Amino acid sequence: MMLIELTDVRKAFNQGKPNEFWAIQGITTQFEVNRITCLKGASGSGKTTLMSMIGCLSRPTSGRIRLQDRTISSLPERFLTQVRRHTFGFIFQRFNLIPGLSVVENIMLPAYPLGLKASCLRSRADRLLEQFLLADKASNPVEWLSGGEAQRVAICRALINDPQILIADEPTANLDSRLSREFMSLLDQLSKAGKTVLISSHDPVVFDSPVVDRVVELEDGLVVSGEG
Amino acid sequence: MIALLRKQRYFIDYTLGTMMRHKGKSLGLLTVYTIIIFMLASVMLFSHAMRSEAVALLADSPEIVVQRIQAGRSVMVPADYLQRIGKLRGVTEKRGRLWGYYYDPAVKANYTVMASEQDQLSINDIVIGEGIARTRGLSIGDYLTLRSHEGKAFSFRVLRLLESESELISSDLLLMNPEGYRRLFGIDESLYTDLVLSVRNPREIQKIAEKLTLLLPDSRPILRTEILRTYESLFSWRQGVMLILLLGSVLAFVIFAWDKASGLSAEERKEIGILKAVGWETSEVMRMKFWEGVIISLMAFLIGYLAAYLHVFYTSAGLFEPVLKGWSVLYPSFQLTPSVDGLQLATLFFFTVLPYTLATIVPVWQTSITDPDLVMR
Amino acid sequence: MMLNPAILALLMVSMLVSTMLLVAAAFAVSILRHWDIQSGSELQLRLERRTYLVSTLLIWAFLFEFLSLLLFIYNAEALSGQFVGAMCATGVLNLNPWGWPTLFLKITMFFVAAIWLLLNYLDNRGYDYPLIRFKYALLLLVLPLVVAETIVQWLHFTQMEPNLITSCCGTLFSADAQGVSAEVSGIAPANSILALAISAIVVIAAGVWVALQGKSGWLLSISGAAVFVIALVAIISSISLYIYEHPHHHCPFCILKQGHGYVGYFLYIPLFLATALSLGAGFVSPWRRIVSLSQTVADVLPVISWLALFFFVQFYLTSAWTIWHSRLTMMEVWW
Repeated sequence: MMLIELTDVRKAFNQGKPNEFWAIQGITTQFEVNRITCLKGASGSGKTTLMSMIGCLSRPTSGRIRLQDRTISSLPERFLTQVRRHTFGFIFQRFNLIPGLSVVENIMLPAYPLGLKASCLRSRADRLLEQFLLADKASNPVEWLSGGEAQRVAICRALINDPQILIADEPTANLDSRLSREFMSLLDQLSKAGKTVLISSHDPVVFDSPVVDRVVELEDGLVVSGEG
Repeated sequence: MIALLRKQRYFIDYTLGTMMRHKGKSLGLLTVYTIIIFMLASVMLFSHAMRSEAVALLADSPEIVVQRIQAGRSVMVPADYLQRIGKLRGVTEKRGRLWGYYYDPAVKANYTVMASEQDQLSINDIVIGEGIARTRGLSIGDYLTLRSHEGKAFSFRVLRLLESESELISSDLLLMNPEGYRRLFGIDESLYTDLVLSVRNPREIQKIAEKLTLLLPDSRPILRTEILRTYESLFSWRQGVMLILLLGSVLAFVIFAWDKASGLSAEERKEIGILKAVGWETSEVMRMKFWEGVIISLMAFLIGYLAAYLHVFYTSAGLFEPVLKGWSVLYPSFQLTPSVDGLQLATLFFFTVLPYTLATIVPVWQTSITDPDLVMR
Repeated sequence: MMLNPAILALLMVSMLVSTMLLVAAAFAVSILRHWDIQSGSELQLRLERRTYLVSTLLIWAFLFEFLSLLLFIYNAEALSGQFVGAMCATGVLNLNPWGWPTLFLKITMFFVAAIWLLLNYLDNRGYDYPLIRFKYALLLLVLPLVVAETIVQWLHFTQMEPNLITSCCGTLFSADAQGVSAEVSGIAPANSILALAISAIVVIAAGVWVALQGKSGWLLSISGAAVFVIALVAIISSISLYIYEHPHHHCPFCILKQGHGYVGYFLYIPLFLATALSLGAGFVSPWRRIVSLSQTVADVLPVISWLALFFFVQFYLTSAWTIWHSRLTMMEVWW
């Protein structure tokens, strides 16, 4: 079953100016449900730009992106965000936790705009903390966490709205190889629990990992291998 | 609907947390904002209270005062004018008044001297206001010596001190026996300073004034309603001028607020970027910032207004004292009667919260449109 | 020229609002020219982001405009003490030919603003912003109104002569005088109360119909507008008599005074809100045929209609209450 379908997607920056630059130059591909796909490529190859378009963080300059039966490439930001927060969970390279807030507050952050009942939201967060062995750290400020813990908090935050698809951008860049392997096994668990995972990475621990179902290689904004 | 309210609660919670984390910045803004509201509110409360005092004072003054004009200057009114007025319909009482000013070189100040019949003062007794008592160091039973028109020294015994609701007016007042007054200033028995008429029905005042100008062609009737109206416009005009002067500081504040709102630290910018990335929408970030503005404005308004209230009504506008002192040496340590006016509150709101809100719209928007994929770059 | 804080505030607000609308109008032109929702070009992305700024600006502008309507009336009341012959706002509005136009423009702006904000709310819920051109075109039509209001209000305040003798409500709203206000004052109380009662039945029926059917909002708009007119006439010709307990005092402003318990605000505010909402209903319901809006219209239209009815009923109950509690009995009128 197709989940995400890209048709001739292009993205330009500084359009119409002398430093115009096409980061993505026409990509047509699909991503399937319940699999772990890795976008591989050197920095500047367009992986992050592509991921941000798939994840509804930005819009392609031209081309079409379909999410299940809905075209999302022409949605204005307001509606992209609505799609995004119900469909996607994000894990960023530098974890991007907000310092000064506690672990549990950081985790609940993406759910604030949904206006859930406070007790309901809190119990959801507690369940995730439990699952990722962070229950005793719930009220600590995030600055106190180790790298591995911060990564797990970031995963919890990505999962708080129970998204279908997880997007991880260079998730292992700040982890040593032991933690990286641990992270991959966590992804494996999530995939087995029914999540679709999209990772961008140039770390062999990731793209050579047995849990990855498919590797798509990008170069200069084009897919060079792993199509279809 | 409930979800919408809960959402706002989350935003308020979050923005309160953010403000606590950036205490310095929030406190700085709050302080300046509060000071601005404090200044404006002080001016408004003060002039409004002054006006109320004046109105309260005029409330028991006679409806019509008649002055005599000779060669364009007001002069003493002959006592037989009272007879010439005769019996006018609607006039319940008419009498002559004696009053004037006495310059006391010892304290370099003017006293307002009035002859009083109600107080049954003997010829040597006077009643004085707090201001005079304070500057001359007088208390009941002491003597005050005044120089008469011929240069003779007259000594008066202080019978009591004036206690009045509105000390602002009574502070420099000196009441004495009419006979004593005439002797002190050398005024003939047949003259009065002016005449006053009491009229029961306000609708008849205008008519009576017209009749007076016919009966006494050289007189000028002054109506209480006219004085009130003049006071009204004088005080609101004065308030307006003060406000225009203060608008400069409001403008400075607007620039300050704009600067504070747009000058985000890298850390704050990243924070907004994270919020956008994890699923907050532009309008939601703006909403969150809107609550920040509401909280700051509300706090500044409450604190500033309360401080102004205390300043004006409990410390007698202590900060304005140097300005007001120029008016009279006998500056009274008066207590104004507290009064709050809805129109005034609304106006104050328009002069402070509105400019602040406008100043922050553009910076808030600029913050809110931070690219959601910023944190991925 | 009068120089008091409230006047300064009003002048400042109207100039700020005009400036905000000018900025918005400039943006509206570029929306009309360049908007293309299908495109992902940077120009389109910029325009989309700017809509957030402009609609925020407009929400505030219209909110301030509404507050300034209240302040304007309240201030006219407060100023009446400073002019010979003025007993209430009527006298102040009569001071020069600009007083009444300012008030009418402000009231018009209130309704237009309410409709625009409703359209904006609706548009922001359609994933392809289907009303964007319509609403910004409408904005270009609103701009002259705001500018006119600023100018007229400026003239009104700068040409106030403190020694001018003005005529008070007793002369303007009296059956013996001439002009519209006199005609209205001269209407027999029995007729106007009857008309008010009929209008209540009609508007409630229309509102319930629109709310339950989720369509034909224009029914509510037309009956709402009619109620607005009938209600104002009724206030002048009869309700005010009951409030003042005086058979010949017809002023629509004196009821705002403290002496009458500010009852006027309890009549006017629900009436204005209800009218604005019912006018809005007519502007909301046609869009239910647009795919991206049909769900929102189906959700919003009943809410608007019920809210409008709620405020209308509040207005009717307040009117009935004032009549019921009045010690004025008009024998020759009713029996």
